[in-house]
Amino acid sequence: MRGGGASGLRRRVLPGFGLSLGLTLAWLSTIVLIPLLALVLRPLELGPAGIWASLAEPRVWAALRLSFLAALAAAALNLPIGLLAAWVLVRYRFPGRRLLDGMVDLPFALPTAVAGLALTALYAPNGWLGAPLAALGVKVAYTPLGVMLAMAFVGLPFVVRTVEPVLRDLPREAEEAAATLGAGRGQTFRRVILPALAPALLAGFTMAAARAIGEYGSVIFIAGNMPMVSEIAPLLIVVRLEQFDYAGAAAVGLAMLFLSFLLLLVLNLASRFWRPA
Amino acid sequence: MSVEILGLSRRFGEAQALRDVSLSIAARAFVALLGPSGSGKTTLLRILAGLDFADSGTVRIEGRDMAEVPARERGIGFVFQNYALFRHMTVFENVAFGLRVRPRRARPPEAEIGRRVRRLLEMVQIPELERRYPDQISGGQRQRVALARALAIEPPLLLLDEPFGALDAEVRKGLRRWLRELHAQLGITIVFVTHDQDEAMELADKVAVMQAGEVSQFDPPDVLLERPANAFVAGFLGHAARLPARFQGGTLRFEDPGLGTLPGAALAVAPRREGAALAFVRPHEWEVRCAGEGPGEGPGEGGRNAVIRASRPAGGRRHLEVDLAGLTIEIEVEGGAGYEPGRPCVIRPRTARAYS
Repeated sequence: MRGGGASGLRRRVLPGFGLSLGLTLAWLSTIVLIPLLALVLRPLELGPAGIWASLAEPRVWAALRLSFLAALAAAALNLPIGLLAAWVLVRYRFPGRRLLDGMVDLPFALPTAVAGLALTALYAPNGWLGAPLAALGVKVAYTPLGVMLAMAFVGLPFVVRTVEPVLRDLPREAEEAAATLGAGRGQTFRRVILPALAPALLAGFTMAAARAIGEYGSVIFIAGNMPMVSEIAPLLIVVRLEQFDYAGAAAVGLAMLFLSFLLLLVLNLASRFWRPA
Repeated sequence: MSVEILGLSRRFGEAQALRDVSLSIAARAFVALLGPSGSGKTTLLRILAGLDFADSGTVRIEGRDMAEVPARERGIGFVFQNYALFRHMTVFENVAFGLRVRPRRARPPEAEIGRRVRRLLEMVQIPELERRYPDQISGGQRQRVALARALAIEPPLLLLDEPFGALDAEVRKGLRRWLRELHAQLGITIVFVTHDQDEAMELADKVAVMQAGEVSQFDPPDVLLERPANAFVAGFLGHAARLPARFQGGTLRFEDPGLGTLPGAALAVAPRREGAALAFVRPHEWEVRCAGEGPGEGPGEGGRNAVIRASRPAGGRRHLEVDLAGLTIEIEVEGGAGYEPGRPCVIRPRTARAYS
């Protein structure tokens, strides 16, 4: 790290570029890059063929597919619900608004295992919500649907909290202008509000999906963890660790890392295309 | 399109934004709502557009009661103070918006939309900007886009909220002239809100002067300047000096003894009652004699009551700032020489508008 890193470049109005970038890189390396590097190096002791063999089991594919598809579905489910919650919080004043506002953050604060147990108790075939649903023929607990539900639970705050400030700053005049130009409520929402919120919605979706992919605590209780059916990839890693198959566990981790990176890359590119201006 | 406003009142919590306002605006009129901030002019404009609702009173447009008509069915053009352009749409799409949201049956085909949008952009003189986004153009250009967007629905009534407020002087001047031409060309009714009296006087056929939620006077500019209805209008318009006086036996006696008296016949507006009065004198209504050479008289004449503080040329005339016993008075005089700052002078009003 060179002290006057920025002096070789153009003179800047904001000082401290070299120092702040250096600190950032050092910290990121310690806490993110080096552990990730270990994750990449560990399975390499199996060799490429070994990694492939370790990942080619149907059980691994099923777990990865469940983790990613359920995470995407949960994030997608959170989009309309999160938007609605943000809308209610920003646009209306009603008794209990602050309480509702605080409740949105609960999934952040709650220990995930507690959330998982509560969800399981609720949606188990004999639970408050599980029983009537079971009567309708819908099984939630111990199925992929339950996995998705737990993921939606932990991801909701991300959508609400990313959309909320953008919605609050949205000028009312734009909606009024749309009205004077003859647009109905639906048209105003679709053509004026939604496009303005789209980048925030995409960011919320991305974060919710990322969180859901890595979610462990709240999912494993409701999932039931049946291999090939409701077993998520993070759980499979723990299972392999318990069998002292460290390299195999790291191989699944590597696969998750790669897929997550790919997903985030696509979503980030999408957000860049959103605003051509 | 004629607009009939009857007994309109609107309250925001403690503040009374409009107080029993009545106005009658003829079709094809060009009307300004003029007043200081907080006088209720923007509220009135928003109620006309259907963006706000009166607590009591009625608005009739072309004879039709507007109480139950939502903004989107009124077909009234509205230009917002900050333009309120759709930032995620190009200039073209902004202008096309009003056509695209029409019900399918009334929506023009794509080619026709394109033709109309381009014609509008041509009319507001920015055809080259159609692919740009609002963030990529200047304030004056945004104003033109906002106008074109409002005009796209071919409104018989166009409302503008402080249309030139955020623009620099040169752009503002050009846009004013252009808006007046547009009014003549389209034959629509225009109502605009402004706090700039010169703008109101230059553009409008009729100006409604508003104060604290009430319309003080609604008259053509000439009448407003010649016969202000009350002390507020007289003080608000024409850059007049405000001078305390007494009206007794048909004569106005200024409180400042150096200003002397004015006979009732010399007053443009005389107070209704005898007693304390407030007199307003405009910059061109002063008699100025300065000491030394030049147009003034020698120091022999008594009662030099004022000192010139600043003096600048103003198109063939001269604009003075004169100190009258601590009061700053604006005066306009003919000719140039003899009005250097620091020179003592005698100033006397030739006429005044006085209100009891």
